Amino acid sequence: MNISETKSVRIAYGEALLELGGTEKNLVVLDADLAHATMTCKFGEAYPKRFFNMGIAEGDMMDTAAGLAISGFTPVASTFALFGTGRAYEQIRNSICYPKLNVKIACTHSGLTVGEDGGSHQSIEDISLMRSVPNMTVIVPCDAVQMKKALTAAVEMDGPVYLRVSRPPAPVFTKESDSFEIGKANILRNGSDIAIFATGLMVYEALVAAEELENQGVHAAVVDMHTIKPIDKESIISLARKTKRILTVEEHSVIGGLGSAVAEVLSENMPTAMKCIGIEDCFGQSGTPEQLLKEYGLSSANIVEQTKIMIKKA
Amino acid sequence: MDINGLQEISRIVRGDVIRMLGEAQSGHPGGSLSCVDILTTLYFAEMDNQPGQNPTERDRCILSKGHAAPALYSVLARKGYFPVEELLTLRKFGSRLQGHPDMKKTPGVDASTGSLGQGSSIAVGLALGEKLKKGTHKIYAIVGDGEIQEGQFWEAMMSANHYKLDNLTIILDHNGLQIDGTNDAVMTLGNIRKKLEAFGAMVIEVDGHDHQALIEAYRTPVKEQFKFILAQTVKGKGVSFMENQVGWHGKAPNGAEVRQALIELGCSK
Repeated sequence: MNISETKSVRIAYGEALLELGGTEKNLVVLDADLAHATMTCKFGEAYPKRFFNMGIAEGDMMDTAAGLAISGFTPVASTFALFGTGRAYEQIRNSICYPKLNVKIACTHSGLTVGEDGGSHQSIEDISLMRSVPNMTVIVPCDAVQMKKALTAAVEMDGPVYLRVSRPPAPVFTKESDSFEIGKANILRNGSDIAIFATGLMVYEALVAAEELENQGVHAAVVDMHTIKPIDKESIISLARKTKRILTVEEHSVIGGLGSAVAEVLSENMPTAMKCIGIEDCFGQSGTPEQLLKEYGLSSANIVEQTKIMIKKA
Repeated sequence: MDINGLQEISRIVRGDVIRMLGEAQSGHPGGSLSCVDILTTLYFAEMDNQPGQNPTERDRCILSKGHAAPALYSVLARKGYFPVEELLTLRKFGSRLQGHPDMKKTPGVDASTGSLGQGSSIAVGLALGEKLKKGTHKIYAIVGDGEIQEGQFWEAMMSANHYKLDNLTIILDHNGLQIDGTNDAVMTLGNIRKKLEAFGAMVIEVDGHDHQALIEAYRTPVKEQFKFILAQTVKGKGVSFMENQVGWHGKAPNGAEVRQALIELGCSK
């Protein structure tokens, strides 16, 4: 993988929001005093009347978004993933998802790669929380290019969507021409020995791992699971049938996230040997994103290692 | 509708509430009865709100204290949003009348509520939306007094002030009681008027069972400021044995109690 360009997914989010604001006149954006971190500030500067800073009050922000949706607008509410999905969980559940309102929740600074802010700010449970609420769609873009497509698709569909956006500069490896359909996994690489399902920043790590594995004679398929819910059952089942081994990788707890979602599909339809790479039921800590990803096993090296262990077993 | 008419419809709504709770054998009579006059004055004398109107093109009311749903359902049925006979399906399996308001199921319900503290924020969103559309419709939210113990209520008041929402009226059904006892025994509310004034509201204090006073409060002009109506009410209003009794917060009346309540309300036929 020779990737020269890196770009933060949240920067791409801010740009996409700004661009959509020009065509989608019904789009309104809310933030909870983090507009310069979530990058909603760009939209706010261009369309001040359609931008509402709600102050440091995430629960209030989600319900205000609900009211704007009832009024016929398409609200996009942003804050950090921990506060959006944690602090305001019940507002999202009862006031947005229960009445299936057209609110988009785009939370940045997700996962461990928040970095130096430490464990108190690293959301490692948000996919699990959002996935379990009825009517919610959950999308985790893998890079800056996909971010824009994901936001556009989220705004085009009717109903609540959670978009999980990451903070640090990250490799840009998907193309403008790549397809993006909510609920349809993108198979980035074919392989017959194992299928690696990854989401968010881990998709790139999985691709790097697959190249290394190929050098060692192991043929790994890599799937970009940008949509965690609704999960693409067909792709999971067909790849499990083909490879007989499944590995999942996510910058999230191993409890309740992508790994769990894939396991739910496989255990009922095609029981398959499986390994979930994720944060092993513990909190994060301060450090650079690179240090943290390495410490918690979210690296191409660990994907290679775990794959080899799985292949040796069988 | 004139004052006599409002008194009559309020009596009928109270009778409906008793019948509904008697039939459901669960629900919240005290807080339903305390907000009846607030609801009837809004729906029958004040709001631009009729069945058949596009909800985004009329005045809207959010019952933030969603457990008073029986009173709202009765008012909506009496307005013609759905058949009055349907009221007796309250809380039953398959009913459009859920235990707490569900905007997707019940015609006329403007927001799904019930989890306390959230309705005021939803109302702020509606009021912001109305301003953005340059609309002239008004947004009302009815909150309970125990409910304002939720921090989020104050967050919503802060944004109502920040965005100068003079199309928003918050009505506090201040009956003084909540599940575990009086407000002051559970968590002191302090000087509500002063607190709301400090949050930037125009505060109007009224007898929440005085239809004339409520209408005058709704019509008091306000500019670049949200309105807060502090309505002093009686929990269980209209049924002697329920009035000011904390035990009737969330308990349904039995058959004999239903009969007695209906006699008191003049609804026994």
